[in-house]
Amino acid sequence: MSIVETPKPKESKAPTAPSSPPRGQGLTLRLRSSLQQLLAFGSLIVLVVFFGVMNSRFLLPGNLSDILLSTVVIGLLALGATFVIITGGIDLSVGTGMSLCSVMVGVVLTYLGLPLWAGVVGGILMGALIGAVNGFLISFLKIPPFIATLATMLVCQGMALVVSGTKPIYFTGTEGFSNLALGKPIAGLVIPNAVFIFFAAATVAGVVMSKTLLGRYTFSIGSNEEATALSGINVRSWKLWIYTAAGAFTGLAGVIIAARLNSAQPGQGMGYELQAIAAVVIGGTSLAGGKGSIVGTVIGALIMSVLTNGLRVISVPQEWQNVAIGVVILVAVYLDMLRRKEAAT
Amino acid sequence: MTTEQTPLLSVRGVGKTFPGVRALHNMQLDLQRGEVLALVGENGAGKSTLMKLLSGIYVPDEGTFELNGVAFTPAGPKHAQEMGISIIHQEFNLMPDLTVAQNIYIGREPRRYGMLSERALNRKTQDLFDRMSLRLDPRERCGQLTVAKQQMVEIAKALSHDSKVIIMDEPTAALNDAEVATLHELIRGFVSPETGVIYISHRMDELKQISQRITVIRDGEYVDTVDTEETTMREVISLMVGRTISGEQRPAAEETERPDDVVLSVAGLSTPSLLKDIGFELRRGEILGFSGLMGAGRTEVARALVGADKASFERLQVNADDVRIPNPAAAAKLGIGYLSEDRKHLGLMLERDVKENIMLSSLAENSSAGFIRDASLRRTADEYARKLRIKTPSIKQLARNLSGGNQQKVVIAKWLVKDCDILIFDEPTRGIDVGAKDEIYRLLNELAAEGKAIIMISSELPEILRLSHRIAVMCEGRITGFLSNKEATQENIMELATRRVSITTGAPTL
Repeated sequence: MSIVETPKPKESKAPTAPSSPPRGQGLTLRLRSSLQQLLAFGSLIVLVVFFGVMNSRFLLPGNLSDILLSTVVIGLLALGATFVIITGGIDLSVGTGMSLCSVMVGVVLTYLGLPLWAGVVGGILMGALIGAVNGFLISFLKIPPFIATLATMLVCQGMALVVSGTKPIYFTGTEGFSNLALGKPIAGLVIPNAVFIFFAAATVAGVVMSKTLLGRYTFSIGSNEEATALSGINVRSWKLWIYTAAGAFTGLAGVIIAARLNSAQPGQGMGYELQAIAAVVIGGTSLAGGKGSIVGTVIGALIMSVLTNGLRVISVPQEWQNVAIGVVILVAVYLDMLRRKEAAT
Repeated sequence: MTTEQTPLLSVRGVGKTFPGVRALHNMQLDLQRGEVLALVGENGAGKSTLMKLLSGIYVPDEGTFELNGVAFTPAGPKHAQEMGISIIHQEFNLMPDLTVAQNIYIGREPRRYGMLSERALNRKTQDLFDRMSLRLDPRERCGQLTVAKQQMVEIAKALSHDSKVIIMDEPTAALNDAEVATLHELIRGFVSPETGVIYISHRMDELKQISQRITVIRDGEYVDTVDTEETTMREVISLMVGRTISGEQRPAAEETERPDDVVLSVAGLSTPSLLKDIGFELRRGEILGFSGLMGAGRTEVARALVGADKASFERLQVNADDVRIPNPAAAAKLGIGYLSEDRKHLGLMLERDVKENIMLSSLAENSSAGFIRDASLRRTADEYARKLRIKTPSIKQLARNLSGGNQQKVVIAKWLVKDCDILIFDEPTRGIDVGAKDEIYRLLNELAAEGKAIIMISSELPEILRLSHRIAVMCEGRITGFLSNKEATQENIMELATRRVSITTGAPTL
């Protein structure tokens, strides 16, 4: 802790030492960056209060629970996308990939009649496989992420339709599958299982991001890929693993959406990837790579669903809701750029 | 050599040829134990090639390296590191978004139960800093550090690897005096009977302070090694420059004194990052050469003049009128054209044809009501292609298919069509073969004779000497002197280019 003591006197008496950089910079920056997250959280609160004031129905427990539930799928996709985006990449395949994963759950449970846990594992593994394919294309074949995942997006959509025979798969044979998402873990509380699963997944993602090599190299690659490679890190295989891990979250999203609908809908999914990316970006993760956080992404996803729900509750027509969300994305990204510019000088 | 001891590191007859260029030939070098060996040479003498060979990025065509008398071939940066050789490039290999500690121990992160331990990492780093008596916060983000501190992080990284040899490429290029002193202290602290440092620099005063011997290379070949104590700056510079090109004839440059027609007058040009109080005047029909080592700030001057970067001026006059140039479009309107050193990225549309490239900046003048008048485009492009003798089957040829020299002419044509009277050439002959260089030289002379005013930035001394009527020499963001074509020699240019403190000859003062 002795390091922190030196800066303090300089900080308080700013007028001295004009040319040498202040030693307390690191400290204030850390403060500033946690402040940023507080600000994001703050704007979430402001939105909630605003909609609550506009229409008190917004704050009913049932509605708040709806908001949380509608955050889950986009949120899970956004967790995976956070890893990919921090490396400086992008993943467009998560939406249709999710559909393919829920179809896979249907294959395991309804076609093969295997027990519930096998369906969950099958869905997640399918997602990891899609991620691994993306990672292989990007890091070994050097196909730019945008193109590679645009292609796998189409492949996943097509495969979901092929495997399911273009028809939804219903989970009528599996007792309690929909409880996975909609069951209430705590009697008397309206919040369903899916919400708890989402927060558990976010916790895992947060720990992986900050406490494991995978997370560290995610930041490192996004910060300076070449320098990372020159430091002796096997960037190619780490990237493969990062995309694979991101894919696993897509798989989990596929399981949850299937459980929520109690069916696997092969035709849906397109468009979810953009909402997931929007949530990540609103949460302060830079598309240029190197910067971002899981907490930010969770808040970003919540802001998205609060907006959608809130605008509906105060009777803003559907078409205007999209306009509002578009504007929010622009404002969030622009503010983030301003903050970065300020931090750079 | 001077001692019987086996050198710590030696380079024996190493050579490397790239297609068309012999970058290094029969290179010799011995780093003794406990020594700081300075390595000096002009731009392009082969220093960076040597560093890349030592770090295993390139493989030598001939010759060997020996570490403690044992031959070794580095297979890559990681292998070199494991062998105890750390190389600190001018472009740092740091991840700006990671903390100091995370950068130093990347790939060797301390873990507990499989999880990263930030606390153990920071403690380990702090221990390292304590041993080095370095005052740095392990938790600070590298991107927030000054260049000097980033340098120290790189050195700390090298020390954390238990390196025996550290090679530093121009470590002080961006440091101020106090920072240089700290760096030198670190280096002295590092050097022990088992270790050594190769210190690449041009700053003679520093070499005196830090090095024991100086090895000079020129044109990819070993020249000589001298004891720092016994040599003089003059001797080292003449070793660096050599005699081989001094027979080069001076061109028409000398013929006449030009009329005193000042078209561009600059005073007090500064930028926050580098340039300090730049001032000069440019006359009609004059070629003003800008010389200096890499990173001296020549390109920055050009970019500031055309408004590509933010800068402050005390005076900026074009044709004796005060002007403000907020962006390159404003510069073009005032008749100032900038021909970037990075032709391929910033000067040309490679996938478009010659005509479009030449006419790009003059489309507005060749259109009516927003519609482009194709016939007038073709006529003008044709005219300039012929005037500049651009070798192309037709102006419909893609720029990509032209040779480097002809591509350069296309860029020049673009600015001539725009009717620019002030042309700034940044490394006009980079990547152009020898024959085509002469063509470009002739063209520059013709343009000057027609009354254009030209600023030419070049790293090649013979080129500067051959073309310039006057030469401004820069060092570390300042103009350290002006030389007329008559008085300029390679030696006195190099002397000014390595002079740390500015002098005021010729620079217009307030």
